[in-house]
Amino acid sequence: MATTAHVRPNYIMIWLYLFVLTVVEVLAAFLSGIPKQWLILILIFLAVWKALLVALYFMHLKFEPWRLRLIFLVPLPLAVILVVTTIMEKL
Amino acid sequence: MQTSTMIDAMRPPSPAEPGAGVYSNKLGMWVFLASDVMFFTALIGSYIILRFGMTDAWAAPGAVLNVPLTGINTFLLICSSVSMVKAYAAIADGKKYFLRPVLGKTLRDGGLKFWLLVTILCGAAFVGVQVYEYIKLVEHGFTPAGYREGSQLAEHALADPIKYGAQTGAMFGSTFFTMTGFHGFHVTCGVIAMSYLYVTKVLPEKYSPQDYRGIETIGLYWHFVDLVWIILFTIVYLI
Repeated sequence: MATTAHVRPNYIMIWLYLFVLTVVEVLAAFLSGIPKQWLILILIFLAVWKALLVALYFMHLKFEPWRLRLIFLVPLPLAVILVVTTIMEKL
Repeated sequence: MQTSTMIDAMRPPSPAEPGAGVYSNKLGMWVFLASDVMFFTALIGSYIILRFGMTDAWAAPGAVLNVPLTGINTFLLICSSVSMVKAYAAIADGKKYFLRPVLGKTLRDGGLKFWLLVTILCGAAFVGVQVYEYIKLVEHGFTPAGYREGSQLAEHALADPIKYGAQTGAMFGSTFFTMTGFHGFHVTCGVIAMSYLYVTKVLPEKYSPQDYRGIETIGLYWHFVDLVWIILFTIVYLI
């Protein structure tokens, strides 16, 4: 095998989750009367949830060794630092 | 064809890079994706800072952009991601074929050739819809430089400067086209790379359950492109 052996996830179920979450996102953004601040938090939460589903199950990060997961995780704190320092610069 | 298939089947598993525990193509792709995370962070971060740092009103995305059309495009990209992972699963199971009938079932079983073709077509359709969206936006007067003078959108912005972000139109235009344009470029590169693999490796049946590194590596890239779009769609089109 070219990759690590693991129990294969139900890809169609993941696709269904992604589809439902996308529909919920669009409905929440345009058809609900949720206050703007809460709406932003909800939409970001849903987007992160969808991104995690793709990364963990489609990119198989859930089944990869920690060494490889670190390669993907290392830029994330750096990304936060980049955004925060730029905001600080602007203040 | 048969000889090459036999040679493929005899090929030993890909040697893993010491330390990382994975083969070099995959390790290389992960390192590239890590650098791409930083690239998109710079773009998205700049957008967030510019948008939320503005004292003037920013346009409501739904007023300027065609959100339902992009919602469909998002669904198309998600579909392409699932077809990509089905292509990966198919070759891991040794299914090199296009479609094969299954006893007692109406639907045929898809192999690598089928699922990768679906992925390529969905990716190409995504790019096509994005180009169409750009053409329509420019027609209505939304350009990378903001609302074109005398256009329909410029008139709307004059009538309702808050809803259309009359003062921040140029900033909205430049950030919107830069972010979605670079993402579209990534999708186009993915479609070209997959088409190349399809013609040179998939159709001649050069992949086998023993070695399908190309499919796994391009799959990682493709899912990453989908992941980035999930974030972009929320931040640019919905918030």
